[in-house]
Amino acid sequence: MSKKNPEYDFKWCPGCGDFGVRRALELAMIDRMETTGESMHNSVVVAGIGCSGNLVHLLEGEQPYGIHGIHGRSLPIALGVKMARPSLNVVVVAGDGDFLSIGGEHIGPQAARNLDICAVIMDNGVYGLTKGQSSPTTLQGTVTSSTPFGKLETKTNPLELYLTLGVSFVASGFSGQPRPLSQLIRQGMEHRGFSIVHVQSPCTTYNDTFIELKGDLKNGIQPSIWDVPEDHDPSDKNAAHNLLQQGGVPIGVIYNDTNRLSLDQSVENTWEKAQPKTVGQLMGAFEF
Amino acid sequence: MQMRDFVVRFAGEGGQGVVTSAEGLAQSSTQVGYHALTFATFPSQILGGPTWTQARISVDPVLSAGDDVNVLVAFNREAYDTHCEDVLEDGVVIYNSAEFELEGDGRSFGLPFEELAKSTGNNRAANMVIIGALAHLISMPQEHLVSFVEQRFNRGRAEDAEVIRSNIAAMTLGRNHLAESGFSLGELAPPEKPEYQQLMIKGNEAVSIGAMAAGLDFYVGYPISPATPILLYMERNLVGKDRLAYQVSSEIESITAILGAGYAGKRSMTATSGPGVSLMSEGLGLAWIAEIPLVVVNVQRGGPATGLPTKTEQSDLFSCMYPAHGDVKIPIIAAGTVEECFFGAVKAVEWAERYQGPVILLSEMALAERSQNIPKPDLSKIKQAKRKTYTGSNGYLRYAGNELSPMPIPGTPGSYVANGSEHDDMGDTTHLGERHVQMTERRFGKIKLLEEDDFERDQPEHSIAVVTWGGSKGPSFEAYNKLKESGVPVGWYYTMYLNPLPPKMLKELKQKDLVIVPELNYQGQFSSILRSLGVKAESITQYTGLPFKARTLVEKITEMTNVCLKETVGV
Repeated sequence: MSKKNPEYDFKWCPGCGDFGVRRALELAMIDRMETTGESMHNSVVVAGIGCSGNLVHLLEGEQPYGIHGIHGRSLPIALGVKMARPSLNVVVVAGDGDFLSIGGEHIGPQAARNLDICAVIMDNGVYGLTKGQSSPTTLQGTVTSSTPFGKLETKTNPLELYLTLGVSFVASGFSGQPRPLSQLIRQGMEHRGFSIVHVQSPCTTYNDTFIELKGDLKNGIQPSIWDVPEDHDPSDKNAAHNLLQQGGVPIGVIYNDTNRLSLDQSVENTWEKAQPKTVGQLMGAFEF
Repeated sequence: MQMRDFVVRFAGEGGQGVVTSAEGLAQSSTQVGYHALTFATFPSQILGGPTWTQARISVDPVLSAGDDVNVLVAFNREAYDTHCEDVLEDGVVIYNSAEFELEGDGRSFGLPFEELAKSTGNNRAANMVIIGALAHLISMPQEHLVSFVEQRFNRGRAEDAEVIRSNIAAMTLGRNHLAESGFSLGELAPPEKPEYQQLMIKGNEAVSIGAMAAGLDFYVGYPISPATPILLYMERNLVGKDRLAYQVSSEIESITAILGAGYAGKRSMTATSGPGVSLMSEGLGLAWIAEIPLVVVNVQRGGPATGLPTKTEQSDLFSCMYPAHGDVKIPIIAAGTVEECFFGAVKAVEWAERYQGPVILLSEMALAERSQNIPKPDLSKIKQAKRKTYTGSNGYLRYAGNELSPMPIPGTPGSYVANGSEHDDMGDTTHLGERHVQMTERRFGKIKLLEEDDFERDQPEHSIAVVTWGGSKGPSFEAYNKLKESGVPVGWYYTMYLNPLPPKMLKELKQKDLVIVPELNYQGQFSSILRSLGVKAESITQYTGLPFKARTLVEKITEMTNVCLKETVGV
């Protein structure tokens, strides 16, 4: 919404990482508008369900189109939007629960299709909106409202998962750095194919990892985030895997394969083989 | 005496030519001016398994697959044992004598189909041997068959002449062999070829072309029996710039992807069967609350769960009218014939765009796989479906007011959020009670835009009426015609619009003492919906996986009519 809407009563908690992600997305979309000359109404933000999905209502300034759909299905909704109008800039915003748990079945197919959309995932390692249950990225052993004796399962490594599934652009960001994050999102939008910008976006109420991520050197806490070195070759998948083996949270572009066709390009390539017929011609085949 | 109608059942193992024989007979008969309808039932496996197909050939338009079998073509012993009891006393059995022998029942004749075909040099002409034999049984002139073969195999290829020669030779062999037997069913009355142009087409193909005639732009689907042929047809034909047909990875992807495309301004559709509809329920609710046009075709099969994937049933009316949680009632069109598969699809696409929401078109296995001759639809009378679109500037309130409002299309000004949470007029989430009241009434109010007084009616003066739905239309109407002839006092009402029902029809039905509803499910789903609308409706149910026989319906309707009349007189 472009101005304060008194009827809209949803609020993120103070200090929520999603504020930073929202700012980064706004910056990236404004930059896209300015550099491509395309209007904001050429962008569609497809949101998942959860704290993060509310981002679509909280964007400030000129408004893109939005869909705030059902839990876990932002990717296939985006598939429909993009393939209906490939000229649109389609962005998915979702959280770790929505994207990796209930919606996990849709990541592989979009990766195989190389659907040309950019997914911005806000990972806070917890189900916030339903008040603190464990999610795929909660650490094993953590006590949450739904794991009174500690989480039994291991933590999913989303970046490894995306690489393995064949996502063609994988970046990792931090909500505490909106400007660098906006650059990652901007690159994701620019990438012709399926891009995921996976963002550490801490939940200040149920799983506050802000200090852990950013560090507090005065108190002897080393940051767990670290910048992807400049000499990293993102077109090298083995290098990308190696990067993820080094512990902590690398920030930057992990992997970028620019050699694949996106789904809309592949479809366009079939137009030569396809011979569209009129409805009259189609009926003709059944005449006798 | 000349016959006006005859029924052939082909039974054997999948892959033996059971289906191609029935289709060939139906095509050759329609070619010369008869009416034809085929009914198929398959096992759910890739190869083999007991299968049978029935073809009914008639001088008059065909309403059902026929109650009785005049000729059984048995490809193996098991097929003979299973089906011989359904053959009329004066019927004939033609059996594959290369597989088994029958002795001395006085009505069976052995024919080595494949061997005879091979002797013509065309191993694939076994079905032509059979068609030739059948032609002898009903005294169909040879020139009809020759002209059929010439038209069918004249495809502009070098081998055409040889294919035509061997097929005619195969038919002639079949005819001559049966002539030796002395068996005959009499003579089928000469065809009364309709003046209008016709198509010979199956329900699934008719749905596909109908949707395209209404301007369908976007189709995605996931393979499921018996709806898969629609996906395959679309993938080959809904192609080129600005159109797409595409296979996705689940029915959840199907419904959400067509929702995305519908939101982006495309006329969108998917087709599935019962299990797919179950997976789509949340997405259908989203399309309803966010007001996004889309069409789901449900080619019903026996359920629940995996159920009977290759048998017919009409048991998804509840799950399609009320598929989702919350206050939702989806507009429903149910096709009753192959022709209605075409026009139902046209209407479903048009309805979705008209009221900006989801529409379900019900078909069923027995329609999907049925070949039938239908009048060729007049495309000049079909308008492309069009929605009201917004063409103003930014700052639009998409959901303002209690009535349908123009829809903005991404890529043009008018950005808004299509929201699956209850929302205010700009699409932002709200929890205000008065908003939920307004939006709920807005959504239900829009269904009124779909009311059309388009229904069939005969003998409305009677206080008892037969009102069926979907594919039970054929056998029910056949039964009704017999009842009318014998003076049983019942009327006939029929529509393919199940929600909303034509208001005038509903008003008249409410005045009846009894409305009899033949339907293929256990619970009597349509009659129970009619009762909820204030109609005194009772069902005749059947749940065998097969369509009704007209005879069964004549008996049951007569019985129910008598009981009702006695009760009324008694009062």
